[in-house]
Amino acid sequence: MELVCLPRLPRVAVCGGTHGNELSGVYLVRELLRVQRETSEKEKEEEDKKSMSVLTVLANPKAMQRCSRYIDTDLNRCFTHAILNSPLSDKPPYEMVRSRDLNALLGPKGSCEAVDLVCDLHNTTANMGLCFISYSDCDWICLHIFRHLQRQMPEISMRYIHFDVSNRESYSLDSIGKHGFAIEIGPQPHGVVRSNIYTTMKSGVQHMLDWVHFFNSGTTFEGGLVEVFTMVKNIDYPRDCVTCSITAAIHPKLQDRDFCLLHPGDPMFQTFSGETLRYKGKEALYPFFINECAYYEKGIALSLARKKHVMIPTVRVQTEQEEQANKLGFASEEEE
Amino acid sequence: MEHVTVPPLSRLAICGGTHGNEMSGVYMVREMQKHKDARAGSVAITTVMSNPRAVDACRRYIDKDLNRCFTDALLSSPITDSTPYELLRAKELNDQLGPKGGAGAVDLLCDIHNTTANMGLCLIFYSLDWVTLHIYKYIQSKMTTPVRAIQLDIPLSEAYSLESVGKYGFAIEVGPQPGGVVRADIFNMVKEAVDLTIEWLQRFNSGETFDGGEVEAFSPVQTVDYPRDPTTNEITAAVHPQLQDNDFKLLQPGDPTFLSFSGETMRHEGAALYPFFVNECAYYEKKIAYQLAKKITLTFPSISVKKD
Repeated sequence: MELVCLPRLPRVAVCGGTHGNELSGVYLVRELLRVQRETSEKEKEEEDKKSMSVLTVLANPKAMQRCSRYIDTDLNRCFTHAILNSPLSDKPPYEMVRSRDLNALLGPKGSCEAVDLVCDLHNTTANMGLCFISYSDCDWICLHIFRHLQRQMPEISMRYIHFDVSNRESYSLDSIGKHGFAIEIGPQPHGVVRSNIYTTMKSGVQHMLDWVHFFNSGTTFEGGLVEVFTMVKNIDYPRDCVTCSITAAIHPKLQDRDFCLLHPGDPMFQTFSGETLRYKGKEALYPFFINECAYYEKGIALSLARKKHVMIPTVRVQTEQEEQANKLGFASEEEE
Repeated sequence: MEHVTVPPLSRLAICGGTHGNEMSGVYMVREMQKHKDARAGSVAITTVMSNPRAVDACRRYIDKDLNRCFTDALLSSPITDSTPYELLRAKELNDQLGPKGGAGAVDLLCDIHNTTANMGLCLIFYSLDWVTLHIYKYIQSKMTTPVRAIQLDIPLSEAYSLESVGKYGFAIEVGPQPGGVVRADIFNMVKEAVDLTIEWLQRFNSGETFDGGEVEAFSPVQTVDYPRDPTTNEITAAVHPQLQDNDFKLLQPGDPTFLSFSGETMRHEGAALYPFFVNECAYYEKKIAYQLAKKITLTFPSISVKKD
């Protein structure tokens, strides 16, 4: 099997509260901060010998205080290159200022100073279990971490979702790091913390950090097949043409059935007067983000994906020699 | 118990959006408002979107919880520049559907709510109200899903919620549903309960006698807050997985109640009681992780409409 050697990952960021009412990440990051504060000096010295440093960040503190998704605008749409670099208006939305602060702290996006890995923690009201959300279906670091979590937490339903968005257009916080992904766990109402969901997230983050440490320490991780769901399209609710108010809810037969194949003709919506509306697409696809609260205002009742298998190579961290050779290789390429 | 007669119950108010992010009631009221015929036989139905600004913003409230604004004291308080939006709105609703305690009030007020707690379908009402108990018994007998009742032992003057404005009233509380979300299964339960309420009123008004009997209800005893950090006041634990979603299952001394974010288990001390509103989103700020109730039996007489 192909062996790919990749650079070390010395700096990892774990972010919570990007949406202020998605509470698992809020309380997990607070707990990580508390543990960091209470770690003795001696333990800190030992940690410095560890292969990586971990930054823990509460991304949207004002929204957290209010326990709302955002103050002015969705923070997790404020990380495109355009937004990060264009001039600010007179009274910029809070989140547009905040995204620049985060870009300065964890980025700058696209530069060699950016942290190596950003893991951004989210919750959803949809019955999605644990999902990785990534812009790439060929970032071997993200895919290997996913595989590792699957093996360490076999009792948890886990899926890898790929949004095929170019780096230019990538808009979310995790796009700041050299590698990045969101961990999305549901179902959990916004503004609520469910113990089992918190525990799953805590476990997931710990296994992720363990993987990075093992990777940095030279462990070889065998490749193999990983199932990936690639987002194809969104479907909105039926709406009243005058008021724009929704006129139907997700059908009881679709509700909570994230990642169960939706066939043409399957029930999709039930109007408030009791009528069934069916999926009119030609292709059977996998639904997810079914009935996510925050997506009503974005015009999304559910998203649809295709499933495929991706062959990921065996990976190992680059040795110092390989790292040097790489740098020299680039240098000579530039000379040529 | 001696048979009771009550004048015809011809004016019904169905209220939704008292909390702007509890969506079953919002969509129920919108749907009912589409039907031009606002009469169901002998019953004239008024549908009200109680807190339209909060509904627009998809938030529980703008300034203050509307469903705590209906005490006699608050309804009669003078209006000033700094009167919160919801207090103004409560007075409007009291004028429209009341006045609370007055002869002109609607006969029955049903206020539709949702909860993030796994409470199924519950009717919530104040002290002994024969009409509400009969409707509860009727709904329970007709629906396959469990229906429960919570009785608040509070005198009318101190009753703080919207349903206290009608001559008779109860809240229909259905969960679990996240705030801001409408689930078809929950909506269908609400619709069935509302339809059965209207059906009972029609049968009652047409002269039918309804036998009395006994029903079980839950009477709140105390509330329990989350463990909190004494400096920051932030919660330090979540409802324990063994209590989560187990509303109305007897909580015994020693049963786990909370699991802290660092992994410690806290346990119930004191009498065995029935938990409800377990992990209700809106109650974090009211310092309530769950409420505890004792089970009571309510006996009520047979009832029929008073004929002139």
